Amino acid sequence: MSLASTSSASQSVQQNSLWWDAFRRFKRNKVGVISLFTILVYVLIAIGSATGLLYPHASQGEQYLPMSWQHPFGTDIFGRDILGRAVHGTSTAISIGLLASSLSLIIGVVLGALAGYFGKKVDAAVVWLYTVVDSVPYILLIPALTFVLGRGLINVFIAVGLTSWVTTARLVRGEFMKHKDRDYVLAAHAIGAGDGRKIFGHILPNVAHLAFVQFGLGFVAAIKIEVILSYLGLGVDPSQPSWGLMIDDAKNELARPFFGNLAAATLFMFGLILAFNLFNDALREALDPKMKNK
Amino acid sequence: MIGYAIRRILYMIPILFGVTLLTFTLFNVFGGDPARRYAGKHATEEQVQVIRAELGLDRSLPAQYVYFVKQIATFDYGRSWASKQLISTMITDGIGATLSLTAPAFAASTIFCIFLALFSVYGRGTIFDRGIVVTCLGLMSISSLVYILALQYLLAFRGGLFPISGWDPSWAGRWEYLTLPWIIMFVLSLGPNILIFRTVIMDEAFQDYARTARAKGLAEKHIYAKHILKNAMIPIITVVVIEMPVLISGSVLIENFFGIPGLGGTMIKALNDSDFPVIKAFTVMSAVVYMLFNLLSDLLYSAVDPRVKLG
Repeated sequence: MSLASTSSASQSVQQNSLWWDAFRRFKRNKVGVISLFTILVYVLIAIGSATGLLYPHASQGEQYLPMSWQHPFGTDIFGRDILGRAVHGTSTAISIGLLASSLSLIIGVVLGALAGYFGKKVDAAVVWLYTVVDSVPYILLIPALTFVLGRGLINVFIAVGLTSWVTTARLVRGEFMKHKDRDYVLAAHAIGAGDGRKIFGHILPNVAHLAFVQFGLGFVAAIKIEVILSYLGLGVDPSQPSWGLMIDDAKNELARPFFGNLAAATLFMFGLILAFNLFNDALREALDPKMKNK
Repeated sequence: MIGYAIRRILYMIPILFGVTLLTFTLFNVFGGDPARRYAGKHATEEQVQVIRAELGLDRSLPAQYVYFVKQIATFDYGRSWASKQLISTMITDGIGATLSLTAPAFAASTIFCIFLALFSVYGRGTIFDRGIVVTCLGLMSISSLVYILALQYLLAFRGGLFPISGWDPSWAGRWEYLTLPWIIMFVLSLGPNILIFRTVIMDEAFQDYARTARAKGLAEKHIYAKHILKNAMIPIITVVVIEMPVLISGSVLIENFFGIPGLGGTMIKALNDSDFPVIKAFTVMSAVVYMLFNLLSDLLYSAVDPRVKLG
């Protein structure tokens, strides 16, 4: 018993320093820090609009007003302030990104871990499953799923989450295959750790950096897919504020010409996705063990 | 290697079984009653019954599934519910239009991006390299819908340089309608392509052979052109081959916006019409193409790299 506690104590010291190293490297990357702050600002905007602090009620005015101080992006066809729509769209985008990539992360990590750790029949079954899902192009699979599930925010994230776990599962499986016979796992086995403990307590923390990077990539992909789904009429409900629906509206407004919806949705999306892309890049560099002593 | 290829092709059977099971379950079990959906909101119960019998939906689910698998095995996909056209004809009609959109853009983008990535790695750490990476990430931060809308508006609607949309069935008249879609496809592929090729080439630039070449005093340009590019072509080929199914599945949105009668546009129409036979046929076809190109990529990898032995 005392042996077990000392070993887990030293393990946690080791873990802390590993993550601490990554944090230190990340902190030195200015672009990464700035993009992290940008993401936090977006999260605050999302929380603010979801709780009704920002733009609490959509004020109805005249339609298609040009840009002004009162309406920086003008008003849309129903006379709603477009900046307000874009602000509310932020909470839709962030919740889709967060929930869809969490779902795909959980499925991917669990299946990948089980396949890599147990091997044999479990591995064959998981590999079969992800090859099947991967063989159907996502542009067919996601619309098919939302078509079956129906429109709406929750269905969009279920559809995206259920289809985007393959890469995570493949990577985690590969790492588990490499790690399962390493000395530290054998040592854990020797002191009586069960399968669950070895998988989640010992191996998973050592491959978690992969999951972090995949989470970021999934987040960006989910937001982009929402836009396309909304254009295809398979996305969120039309009453929901969403950047995808704004771009879809813009399609019929360009000839007027009116650019408010297109400009606002594109700018908001560009800021968030670029920040996330740069943050992912910085994160990957910080977590890369090859960069450890640099 | 032949044994490996045969084993991989045999492995396609359980995968295809899974794909058919997945699509069948999605549409026939969870998708509600296709006959009712298809008959419209105001159809009477008798009308729905007639349509159900007509579409073969009155049989039991296992019987319908067996029929579906039989269709696939015999390459007889039946007819579209919406247009009553033979699905095999729809595929052969669409494939020419899709390929004339995707193939030139794909080839041009691949070549251009490999060279830009090579220069980027050559000047790694400089402002030029950093600029390319940030530009790529910036390009990838804008929705593909926005590119299509904005370029169509600016260059075709406002600038009048290209027709807004349309199609000429003859090969000679087609390019006029395709130039703008080509440009858009090219621009859309720049970001992801350059970043992938840059990563692949970067991996090669620090291998032992590159160091040896530097140590024996070869010029850096010579090392990149003769040594690194040649070795990087191995992973590049596999990446390009794996991406090739895009040539067939096409660019759904671009075809939709520019009225190109290709496979992508047909698929969107089928999704809007709840045209299940067409959707199922396209799903199975895409899965087969995807698996074949994956296999081809693995075989090519071992063919061009003598170190890789497939067993």
